[in-house]
Amino acid sequence: MTIMIDVRGVEKSFTLHNQGGASFSVLEGVQLQVVAGECVVLHGQSGAGKSTLLKALYANYAVSSGSIVLRDGNQVVDITTALPRRILALRERTVGYVSQFLRVIPRIPTLQVVMQPLLDLGEDEAVCEAKARDLLSRLNVPERLWSLSPSTFSGGEQQRVNIARGFIVDYPILLLDEPTASLDAANRQVVVQLINEAKVRGAAVVGIFHDEDVREAVADRLVDIRAL
Amino acid sequence: MSNTAQTPWQDIEPLLSVQQLSKFYAPGKGCGDVSFDLYPGEVLGIVGESGSGKSTLLNSLSARLAPDAGKVIYRSEQFGELDLYAGEESLRRQLMRSEWGIVHQHAADGLRMNVSAGANIGERLMAIGERHYGDIRARAEQWLQAVEIDSNRIDDKPAQFSGGMQQRLQIARNLVTHPRLIFMDEPTGGLDVSVQARLLDLLRTLVAQLGLSVIIVTHDLAVARLLAHRLMVMRRGEVVESGLTDQVLDDPQHPYTQLLVSSILQN
Repeated sequence: MTIMIDVRGVEKSFTLHNQGGASFSVLEGVQLQVVAGECVVLHGQSGAGKSTLLKALYANYAVSSGSIVLRDGNQVVDITTALPRRILALRERTVGYVSQFLRVIPRIPTLQVVMQPLLDLGEDEAVCEAKARDLLSRLNVPERLWSLSPSTFSGGEQQRVNIARGFIVDYPILLLDEPTASLDAANRQVVVQLINEAKVRGAAVVGIFHDEDVREAVADRLVDIRAL
Repeated sequence: MSNTAQTPWQDIEPLLSVQQLSKFYAPGKGCGDVSFDLYPGEVLGIVGESGSGKSTLLNSLSARLAPDAGKVIYRSEQFGELDLYAGEESLRRQLMRSEWGIVHQHAADGLRMNVSAGANIGERLMAIGERHYGDIRARAEQWLQAVEIDSNRIDDKPAQFSGGMQQRLQIARNLVTHPRLIFMDEPTGGLDVSVQARLLDLLRTLVAQLGLSVIIVTHDLAVARLLAHRLMVMRRGEVVESGLTDQVLDDPQHPYTQLLVSSILQN
């Protein structure tokens, strides 16, 4: 089994310099290995550090110590020490991150927003568009909205556009930060299918899901994250 | 998962290497001991409040202000590896006309306001030796369209353009010679929010399409987040923090960066 994510001895603390220098430790001695085709669900109470760990796996948060090694084709990269441009290259092809929030420039149409990550890899425009259309249809985003910017959409619609964008590239590593929060049952089911398809093609998935039905449908393993 | 091989990443040489660059007007006024490498295709944002030394640094990097100490090494397409301030003034001027572009905050500083839009673009081409009038005009038209200015405005003077259009014209004027490195000083500074979004989208698209390297100074963290791959945070002339853009903004380590990030109003 190919190890895609290898976390060793990760610690993370935050120091709030402008609030009296308050310092608190969120993660300590975290070990986690995730192999290709496996979905690990981070489990624990609100505030326990699940999101912090997920963000560290995307190098969005800097860890205080420890290593996070990700497999990139036939190379491995420790993202706690890698250069910014190495991390950006990883994010382009290897690591995808889907949150519940969409961040876009106001005037770009939905279809473009969804297909952009695949276009950036140099994929043929027709291929990108076909895949974007397929994902938007599956996620029940009405076709009449596709030519409009998602900035005025409802929260749920934006969220589904964001999921479509997150699944447009077949990332070998997928990080999912509550992508199904506040989706209805039918759309949650679509996301479950997308995750299971990703697993079948060999993706290593780490996710946070509050809905028990989603968790049960996708998780191979639960990892407990305990508040310190 | 042992050897962290990164061979292809070590092969690429930086376009610009800055080594312990300092330029002070007075203690705390200017920039001190700045070092970094800029790689091809990278967009580096320099952020910090007014007076933090951002513009001084940008001027020194772009060969417009000789530093007190330190070096700027640029790997030129035409001239090979250059130590900017060790060379001739004429060389720096030649770079500025060809391989480099500078986008000023005030379009009037980067445009000639009393000649037509077409001539503003054509002038850069003539400066690198283009002589054929028809070709120059055709290229000017193309670039007007690329920056979303109606090509029938080609004979109008920039003074007749809106602020957003002037800024886009300034960008066209810079990009027409296919520069490799662009310096930008608060490019969206004086513009309405509605115009800013359009300009940002345009800048981001052009930078990605042309594979440009960019150093952009801004005090607007939203602009930095959108355009920059990595950030340097400056305070009182010093770089206090640097790294991947979203890491610096979402998990700031230095007290000053934390203050800067927490001062943004959320909408």
